Amino acid sequence: MLGLNRKDSLLFVVVICLTMFAPFLLNPFPEGSELAQFNAGYPDLMQRFVIFGIFAIGFNILFGLTGYLSFGHAAFLGVGSYAGVWMMKLLTMNVIPAILISVVVAGLFSVLVGYISLRRSGIYFSILTLAFAQMSFSLAYSVLTPITNGETGLQLSLNDPRILGVSEVDGSIPPANLFGLSMRDSTELAMGNWLFTFNVGYYLSAVVMLIAFYVAIRIFRSPFGMMLRAVKSNQQRLNYTGLNTKPYTLAAFVISGMYAGLAGGLMVAMDPLAGAERMQWTASGEVVLMTILGGAGTLIGPILGAGFIKYFENIFSKINESILHQWFAFLPDGLEDALVFMVYPFIGKGWHLTLGIMFMLVVIFLPGGLVEGGQRLGRLFRRRRKTDTKPGAGATEPAE
Amino acid sequence: MSKTDLTRRGVMKTGAVAGAGLAVPTIFTARSASAFVNEPTGGSVTLGFNVPQTGPYADEGADELRAYELAVEHLNGGGDGGMLSTFSSKTLDGTGILGKKVEYVTGDTQTKSDAARASAKSMIEKDGAIMITGGSSSGVAVAVQALCQEAGIIFMAGLTHSNDTTGKDRKANGFRHFFNSYMSGAALAPVLANAYGTDRKAYHLTADYNWGYTTEEAITSATEAMGWETVETVKTPLAATDFSAYITPVLQSDADVLVLNHYGGNMVNSLTNAVQFGLRDRIVNGKQFEIVVPLYSRLMARGAGENVKGIFGSTNWHWSLQDEGSKAFTRSFGTKYGFPPSQAAHTCYVQTLLYADAVQRAGSFNPCAVVEALEGFEFDGLGNGPTLYRAEDHQCFKDVLVVRGKENPTSEFDLLEIVEITPVAQVTYPHDHPQFAGGALGSCNPGV
Repeated sequence: MLGLNRKDSLLFVVVICLTMFAPFLLNPFPEGSELAQFNAGYPDLMQRFVIFGIFAIGFNILFGLTGYLSFGHAAFLGVGSYAGVWMMKLLTMNVIPAILISVVVAGLFSVLVGYISLRRSGIYFSILTLAFAQMSFSLAYSVLTPITNGETGLQLSLNDPRILGVSEVDGSIPPANLFGLSMRDSTELAMGNWLFTFNVGYYLSAVVMLIAFYVAIRIFRSPFGMMLRAVKSNQQRLNYTGLNTKPYTLAAFVISGMYAGLAGGLMVAMDPLAGAERMQWTASGEVVLMTILGGAGTLIGPILGAGFIKYFENIFSKINESILHQWFAFLPDGLEDALVFMVYPFIGKGWHLTLGIMFMLVVIFLPGGLVEGGQRLGRLFRRRRKTDTKPGAGATEPAE
Repeated sequence: MSKTDLTRRGVMKTGAVAGAGLAVPTIFTARSASAFVNEPTGGSVTLGFNVPQTGPYADEGADELRAYELAVEHLNGGGDGGMLSTFSSKTLDGTGILGKKVEYVTGDTQTKSDAARASAKSMIEKDGAIMITGGSSSGVAVAVQALCQEAGIIFMAGLTHSNDTTGKDRKANGFRHFFNSYMSGAALAPVLANAYGTDRKAYHLTADYNWGYTTEEAITSATEAMGWETVETVKTPLAATDFSAYITPVLQSDADVLVLNHYGGNMVNSLTNAVQFGLRDRIVNGKQFEIVVPLYSRLMARGAGENVKGIFGSTNWHWSLQDEGSKAFTRSFGTKYGFPPSQAAHTCYVQTLLYADAVQRAGSFNPCAVVEALEGFEFDGLGNGPTLYRAEDHQCFKDVLVVRGKENPTSEFDLLEIVEITPVAQVTYPHDHPQFAGGALGSCNPGV
């Protein structure tokens, strides 16, 4: 299908199903129940899942294929966001120009950063990109305040020109839209106690992510992708054979920068604000975490990692002490307090701690990330099934 | 490998998805049944408390959360009722808001605009919060306020001191009880003139972000108006922890006053550095060298310890105030938590009460009705004397406290003494004052 081999087509179809049915899959618990706390099927978080998925897919093209660890990728996301908001301020609230300009500006910026940083490899490359990102962050935070609005973040205002659109509608800023279809619009489907929300913004982001994912698969399977893998495994040998690797690595860097810009553009399309913190080194570190957690160099890994981290950030951080007390209310008082005291440091504001522990466990026991975990489970399952059935039954597999 | 097989399956799957997509409009109902977003239908109403639980302002966030929990307890009829009994409006009777029990959700702003908005969005979209409040930084307040305006939710700002919150970034759905940079300047200037004379030369160190800029502007214009001269203004990075490099040039200049437009950890470090460099023992131009901190908080005073003694600053509220409202609040907060509340806790508690009261008076949770009830609302008994919620910019106008670090503190909470309560008339400004110009409230947004 679409020029993909069997395995990749299957993966792509699975990803399509997951994203299209996300509102159902992420809301497994009925409204009002104790477990509704763990539902993640509300528009903002679903948008974040796919947008950070795009960011991580792009990062993976650089890190997973070439092995160049960029510690400054958030800068491209931030630059893209600023470009997108400016487009909405100056041109129109339609999200298409905003997203396009985000990709273009992030691409240009990554050409500049990549051209300089790729003169070095390994740790020096990482440090250079980190330096660029921190520089961008500091600039955005203070020096470039007229363009970026500093700490407050760049936002829309009622007196923006919006040449192709309108400045205001009845004293309100018009909502971001796709040819009149507002990103905020949602339809809800109530089924018994379950409530599912279908949001326009989410589906736009999901479609964009699917396209981005498809492009990533094609890059992974292309001769170009093979070249990048060669760079990862032994760049020196490539150089000795007379190949100039620089154009390949720079292309990979720019592509992944454009992915970051695309994510930035989508973020402002969903929520028209660009803050400088988006470019901070912690944000760059987050995408590294996502990729490694999910499985660097795999296709689906980064998306899983992104979803995992965003889920923790948004769901676990909101569990507070009183909710814990509710959960353990059935226990005797002393025991309840003791249990709350033990669990509390790991949830709510302690979600970083839990995430850190998870990350350590994954890196130590599953170096290939969540994808490796899935593969191991799958293998275990298959082996069991194989021992159940008679030997020889497995031999009917068609030869490729 | 049989490719045709796969394509057929692919086509069928795509077809099924497309079919389902086409069927969507026929089976779904749009959310237009209610008159406004998150209309509470059951026996309870949910408020969203969005405070920094991690990051540089986590201490203040924790205190804000305590105040919110106390406010919810009082609104639901628990505890001793706190300021409900001293509040001039008597509509709140301890049965929740409009008879609905008050529940709340909490979130972590991380003092980052993005994280704060994500947290606020999840409260609105997932938990059905009807009002968002909190925050301990102006950047966050402005960002969340804009979000609430777009989403059609009321935003009651927590601690935010920048002029912009009710100036160039004001929004119809947002309200601020806390005072601002201009008011600090207007209240401090006369006191400084009295204490230090009118022919001083001031050197400003300013935190390099939005709040720093507006505070510097407010203080320079207020002090220049009474005859001071501004020698130099230097921006310092927000992340700085060592200010020695910025203090040394002060020694070489002929300035005799140092103004620290810093907040939180910044202020603690810069003040400590300044004292270590012996600035306070210096005599310049025949005058004693002085240090001024425009925005004070008890948590900062505690961080700076000995060094705050005798240093002037301004604050929104202090627990040692002796009016009935302040006493009632300090008593119930102290009973519950064992120590007196900070100014951040006070403003958050008051904002919750003001919102609840506005809903009660309006008889509806509709944001537009609440905006109408709060605009031009005059009240008393909440710790700051007679107060007005001005309709033009949704800023509260009330007395401002000028405080000084106490020479002989009696406890770790008793660090500031009130020098003067500046009357509201002296800190009032027209809503289109140059420091606040460029913004527009727009119209209230009920979200549907």
